Amino acid sequence: MTDDAAAPEEEVVAPEPSPPLPPPLAALVEAFPAATLEHSAAGQNVFRVEASHLVEFAQAARDAGFEMFIDLTAVDYYRQRPGPRYDVVVVLLSLQHNLRLRILVAVDGDVPAAPSITGVYPGANFYEREVYDLFGIDFTGHPDLTRIMLPDDWEGHPLRKDTPVGSVPIQFRGTHKVE
Amino acid sequence: MSEDTSTQDTTTEETSGETAPASESERRRLQEIWAAGTEEPAWVTAATAEGAQLMLPRDQASPVEVAEEGGTLVNDDRLYELEAAEEETTILNMGPQHPSTHGVLRLQLELEGEIVRRVKPVIGYLHTGMEKTGETLTFLQGPTNVTRMDYLAPFHNELCFSLATEALLGIDLPPRALAIRVLMTELNRVSSHLTWVATQGMDLGAVSMMIYGIRERELLLAFFEKTTGLRMNHNYIRPGGVAADLPDGWQEDVAEIVEAIPKGLDDYHDLLTHNPIFLGRTEGVGVITAQECFAYGITGPPLRAAGVDWDLRKTQPYSGIEHYDFEVPLGQHGDVYNRYLVRMEEMRQSLRIAAQVAESMPDGDYRSEDLKVTPPPRKRIDESMEALIHHFKIFTEGFKVPAGEHYQAIEGPRGELGHYVVSVGDAKPWRLHCRTPSFAAIQALPTLMADQLIADSVAIIASIDPVLGDVDR
Amino acid sequence: MAEPPGFLTTTINSIANWARYQSSWGATFGLACCAIEMMHTGAAHNDLARFGMEVFRASPRQADLMIVAGRVSQKMAPVLRQVYDQMPEPKWVISMGACASTGGMFNNYALVQGVDQVVPVDVYVPGCPPGPQSLMHAILTLHEGIKSGEFVHV
Repeated sequence: MTDDAAAPEEEVVAPEPSPPLPPPLAALVEAFPAATLEHSAAGQNVFRVEASHLVEFAQAARDAGFEMFIDLTAVDYYRQRPGPRYDVVVVLLSLQHNLRLRILVAVDGDVPAAPSITGVYPGANFYEREVYDLFGIDFTGHPDLTRIMLPDDWEGHPLRKDTPVGSVPIQFRGTHKVE
Repeated sequence: MSEDTSTQDTTTEETSGETAPASESERRRLQEIWAAGTEEPAWVTAATAEGAQLMLPRDQASPVEVAEEGGTLVNDDRLYELEAAEEETTILNMGPQHPSTHGVLRLQLELEGEIVRRVKPVIGYLHTGMEKTGETLTFLQGPTNVTRMDYLAPFHNELCFSLATEALLGIDLPPRALAIRVLMTELNRVSSHLTWVATQGMDLGAVSMMIYGIRERELLLAFFEKTTGLRMNHNYIRPGGVAADLPDGWQEDVAEIVEAIPKGLDDYHDLLTHNPIFLGRTEGVGVITAQECFAYGITGPPLRAAGVDWDLRKTQPYSGIEHYDFEVPLGQHGDVYNRYLVRMEEMRQSLRIAAQVAESMPDGDYRSEDLKVTPPPRKRIDESMEALIHHFKIFTEGFKVPAGEHYQAIEGPRGELGHYVVSVGDAKPWRLHCRTPSFAAIQALPTLMADQLIADSVAIIASIDPVLGDVDR
Repeated sequence: MAEPPGFLTTTINSIANWARYQSSWGATFGLACCAIEMMHTGAAHNDLARFGMEVFRASPRQADLMIVAGRVSQKMAPVLRQVYDQMPEPKWVISMGACASTGGMFNNYALVQGVDQVVPVDVYVPGCPPGPQSLMHAILTLHEGIKSGEFVHV
């Protein structure tokens, strides 16, 4: 998929010219102009895409050689930044190029929604369910979006920052020793 | 005999009809006929209400069926034919309290006779909320939290969290700290795989493996206890180095471990590797291809057993592990047996690394020189007010970590263990996410177990070596 | 020479308790880290069989001692209670480790803060995780309590 001959020219076109981009990433930048490369250093290659483009970008990444799905999670930047509150984070790995790729997708709203990438990477299934369970992010197109960690009748999404830790006050009682 | 029963059968129906029998003797006679296995009269069904017994009269049964019932003919294929015709499946609930699910994994199995058709893993029975608790602990306290996640590989959890924190801090470690980390994590890999071989053996009926595996593991745990103070959940590897230097006489302990455990491994090979029962239960069972591994994110020994040469210690080395000489064992078929062989060889390779570390252990400090991260030595606290304040601040407020996000991955005993840490410039992580290898492996269970025998399901579960603390976090 | 008397006097309770403490069969309720230490307690090095305790039953119907080894999540608590209810009387519970006893360091939304909110506990074992020696001490403490009748509530 990656075109080695085209790669050196892409270094110049890429947004950050100083570190030379590895060929698969350069190919990805070329193939998908809607995605912005946030930074690419110390083995961390971070792209940010719009939620509506996530599935196409994941498909492009898989075609560019990122064959292994590694991780999907979310971060709640509650009152930490202007704009969208949540980031959905997808981590992909390319074994053939020995590269990692991280995709950030900003989502917002009371019931934030992102498209499901289970059609591209089946391994995202449980991860999306986990994020739905703990953050309340809706993954449209997911085959079975149900709670995974918490009981089915649980209310709320505990990893949201406006949800308290849920600790109970510790009480110390008199103990009893067996003679 | 079959003729006798059929003639009795016809007489019964004529006399009894649909109503209850008149006299006690008649009732007893019918009872005897019914107990003899012939078609029961209607009133018996009404009284017991357990449904018809579905037994054909002998003259209607085919000779094959009669022979099979009598045990003179054994035909496995007929079993499958019948099930396909009936299209009847059974849902079997396995767990969460089951000895062969390695914790509190719950599986809903849809069975067609002995064949598993569909599997639905139900997890969350050990959900501890560690990611939330991790947000309330400082970076220095963080390893206390994550070490309890994958409780068979505590050092790996600590190392991964520490590496992620150090990457955000941008600090380097002295060579001795790196070497100690490599030593402890590689020994931990051995202890984790020993628990796996113990439970895998036990699940397949080799109970002696349980005794042997844990016998060898005690050696390692004794060394861990000597070094860290605890047998498990050590909180030993911390951001900025390790908690304490290796204890006196550690070379002898490591030498003993490196010498004794390979002998144990030879025993296991004698017991299992060519054991026909073990081979029959593992060869060709639970096959997963490399492509399926990629799709599900399965890493570690299952991926290598499928023939993919991928070990983060080689491809993306961390903590100076690239300086040691070791090999990555690979399988070919991706079945349970290959996973067994890969893990057995990994233990030898890890011991090789441990021996090399023990030989080449550098001198120097076991913690970073960075005073913001490293608490002052105990002796300095008595002498210097500055050191006392410094010590107090590190252990109450913690050190502040520059804002940023980092994903750090290491090769745990079960595969890629990743920690995704987000800092907003505070002393506590804003978000801590742990990418755990067992979680990815659990969701591949439906693929692994589909159309396999139910007896093989425990072998398959054991072969991906899930730790439910790792799955549910 | 006169033979020694061929009988001894005791109460039904004490002989029943004597029998009970000698053969307490554990239900494996391994949840987390402590389950590994429980396995170690049963294995060769520590050898729980010395106390007539090597039998761990996978079925609660055949067990009379539940060792809750590990953290109990909100999702697991109903299961734990059901398993406890399935055990025949008389039955005992050992809460092994800090998490089972108090929730441990995980004072958050997910965990039951102490298994004694779900089932009655006879012996608590401190430690995270408690070593095999701690568990054995707890078992011996339980044996003493059963023998003396203190822990028998039938």
